[in-house]
Amino acid sequence: MILDGKCPTGPIEKTWDKHRFDLKLVNPANKRKYNVIVVGTGLAGGAAAASLGELGYNVQAFCYQDSPRRAHSIAAQGGINAAKNYPNDGDSIYRLFYDTIKGGDFRAREADVWRLAQVSNNIIDQCVAQGVPFARDYAGYLDNRSFGGAQVSRTFFARGQTGQQLLLGAYSALSRQIKAGTVKMYDRREMLDLVVVDGVARGITVRNLVTGQLESYAADAVCLCTGGYVNVFYLSTNAMGCSVTANWKAHKKGAYFANPCYTQIHPTCIPQAGDYQSKLTLMSESLRNDGRVWVPKKKEDCGKHPNEVPEDARDYYLERKYPSYGNLAPRDIASRAAKEQCDDGRGVGPGGRGVYLDFADSIKRLGEDTIRERYGNLFEMYEKITDENGYKRPMRMYPAPHYAMGGLWVDYNLMSNVPGLFVLGEANFSVHGANRLGASALMQGLADGYFVIPYTIGGYLATVKPGQVKTDNPEFKKCEEDVKAEQNKLLGINGKKTVFEFMRELGHLMWENCGMARTKESLEINLKKIPALREEFWKNVKVTGSGAELNQQLENAGRTADFLEFGELLCRDALHRNESCGGHFRVEYQDAGEAQRDDANFCYVGAWEYKGLEKEPELHKEPLKFENVHLAVRSYK
Amino acid sequence: MSDHKTMTLTLIVWRQKNANDPGKFETYTAKGITEHHSFLEMLDCVNEDLIHSGKDPIVFDHDCREGICGMCSQVINGAPHGGQDRTTVCQLHMRKFKDGDTIYIEPWRARAFPIIKDLIVDRSALDKIVQAGGYTSCHTGGVADGNAILIPKPVADEAMDAAECVGCGACVAGCPNGAAMLFTGAKVSQLALLPQGRAEAAARVKNMSNAMTECGFGNCTNHYECQAACPKGINVKFIARMNREFIKAQF
Repeated sequence: MILDGKCPTGPIEKTWDKHRFDLKLVNPANKRKYNVIVVGTGLAGGAAAASLGELGYNVQAFCYQDSPRRAHSIAAQGGINAAKNYPNDGDSIYRLFYDTIKGGDFRAREADVWRLAQVSNNIIDQCVAQGVPFARDYAGYLDNRSFGGAQVSRTFFARGQTGQQLLLGAYSALSRQIKAGTVKMYDRREMLDLVVVDGVARGITVRNLVTGQLESYAADAVCLCTGGYVNVFYLSTNAMGCSVTANWKAHKKGAYFANPCYTQIHPTCIPQAGDYQSKLTLMSESLRNDGRVWVPKKKEDCGKHPNEVPEDARDYYLERKYPSYGNLAPRDIASRAAKEQCDDGRGVGPGGRGVYLDFADSIKRLGEDTIRERYGNLFEMYEKITDENGYKRPMRMYPAPHYAMGGLWVDYNLMSNVPGLFVLGEANFSVHGANRLGASALMQGLADGYFVIPYTIGGYLATVKPGQVKTDNPEFKKCEEDVKAEQNKLLGINGKKTVFEFMRELGHLMWENCGMARTKESLEINLKKIPALREEFWKNVKVTGSGAELNQQLENAGRTADFLEFGELLCRDALHRNESCGGHFRVEYQDAGEAQRDDANFCYVGAWEYKGLEKEPELHKEPLKFENVHLAVRSYK
Repeated sequence: MSDHKTMTLTLIVWRQKNANDPGKFETYTAKGITEHHSFLEMLDCVNEDLIHSGKDPIVFDHDCREGICGMCSQVINGAPHGGQDRTTVCQLHMRKFKDGDTIYIEPWRARAFPIIKDLIVDRSALDKIVQAGGYTSCHTGGVADGNAILIPKPVADEAMDAAECVGCGACVAGCPNGAAMLFTGAKVSQLALLPQGRAEAAARVKNMSNAMTECGFGNCTNHYECQAACPKGINVKFIARMNREFIKAQF
């Protein structure tokens, strides 16, 4: 089937304004008759719940953490992009649009990206009004820094905690609506099923993580704001609770999963120290404003103390390979380059899996105090984890899974192919194409939540009668029974291996065979091994305790079961896409290490339809048209 | 990677089935721990052993494991988050301990934070304080340009110092009175410092103070234990600022 994103046509700069006018409205007095469920309270979910509540809808919001303030958006460090052009350095909405399309390696929709760039400026204003303490200069104006994939300084920041401050802004707006009674907040709840009645999304099944009770909630629309899936690699920069579960359950109920093979591996993370490790920690891309990335030119020097490797024996490989962007080359390119150096035997640190990020030049130029002011908390974090002082010796870095560009397929209104099911933020696939530029995730989450869904959900709700389905509909009971049956099955296996052991094995398969470099052979290995591992899981996993209590093993077992199904789809998508683009690098398709796209055959969104567990999913395509930015080889040289 | 010397530690951990169970300490052994394990990874290892032997693992709150979400919450050897300067439990590493150490692990203990299970407590009272006024009442859309109101850098920086709070509740756990003054003071100060928050400053400080009392938090008697426990180093000067705001709000 050919999918239609229902994008508005005409001159790109008018598309969003025209579409907003064309959308139907719900009259203020009628809004309170509609119930809207928002799952997840990160930037997308928090902003959406607050904004929809303020408009007058009855909102029910859900999060698995103990408070909506803790969603993993909070961990974003470096900043948020906007096309304000405050520094007068040549930025514009058009340039942000262009950079994002190019950064995504021409695999995103033009109209969606235009809208993102257009509303980016409103986001900054909104956050300032909320009391987000963005960095300012001595005159009192907002300050900017540079990020990868751009030659202008358009990134706004709050020290190294931008995500935290933006999330707390959204959380404060949400708290105001909770107090006002327009939003009912349900914390420590995990969504375990989507309830679809006659083909329309009508509610969700959740587990109360404290009591273990299953609960049903009905609504006129459901918004999934449930983040990304890179914990499928086990070790990633995601929080421990991040999973594909909500999206996967929706997928199994009919929502198409688009471009799952587009995963972002972030170039600057603290290298793994041992097998017991539970997660990887990212160091902000902003560090590449002042840090220089290098490895020794000669293998013999790799074991030496870095400060003893003389200047002319160092290979500043990003500056060498990409002179016009240098250390600020985009993430996919910087990650692959790091892997290339390590594969060449010139990596540093344990196992040779590391490159140096060196601040010595900047400290010489600006002084240690300036560097401390800019990145102090990052240096502290690095020291806590590694016991090394980044001011005195270069940091060691290695790429790690960080972000999912793929996600549930949505049209221009952010509605999936299941009517009534909307998907926002990282959980959808829409704007980043095959690679996301730094400081654009925060921008997308808040754009979707504050400035897109408040308009587009009205266009849908205006066409449906409120309150048509309640939780007494038999489908709700059936969903609860299905969830219960799966949990009882997990609890009854009583095998020999723990959930973590399975998750580590899956993660290892995904990282080795479907990580930074993928081949037909490696992916075919995974397509055999993942189903076998899944089969073993359902025979041999050990989950202690019961379902009627707080049980973290059971929570993790459910998430792992979903990853064991989803991982296979990710590999299948990577195998079908016989080209390299952005974060998807197929070794067979390259031009001396650079990704080689095949626009003649793969210039489309690949959206998969679930057909049953042991059956092949069906691929649907949405062709991508580029009318404003011309398809070209992406070069940062 | 794993050529480091390993440690064996004795853990004395608070176990409590639910809010009504009296709870008690249990003793466990953590084996094969390296200096590079984080504290929570050490607990992961202990839990894997417990599961293999068919016992219930220790439950504890955690999520980002990089010191920013504020979910982790354990009192280690009597100190919230383990007592390392400006460090959450998840960022505490085992190099701070030595082979043979005995470590006591308890949940946050405060009247306003009932225990849910083992090391997990209910901190929804902190959300209630924010709901009482920890925001500016701006609407989505229809706000001024971000540069329309200039904010001097020292003011923005001080607001940011206050805004760094991760809402973990260590300040409450560390306070002999179970007070939430540092948590509340930080939010009141952040918004009172910024021009965008000034308009509602008086109502905010009164409402948030009332919410603190209603939720069962104690009062401040200047012990400064909160500042010592805070993983983000939030300064007690923000309590003083809240008190000033509170007095101003009476007139």
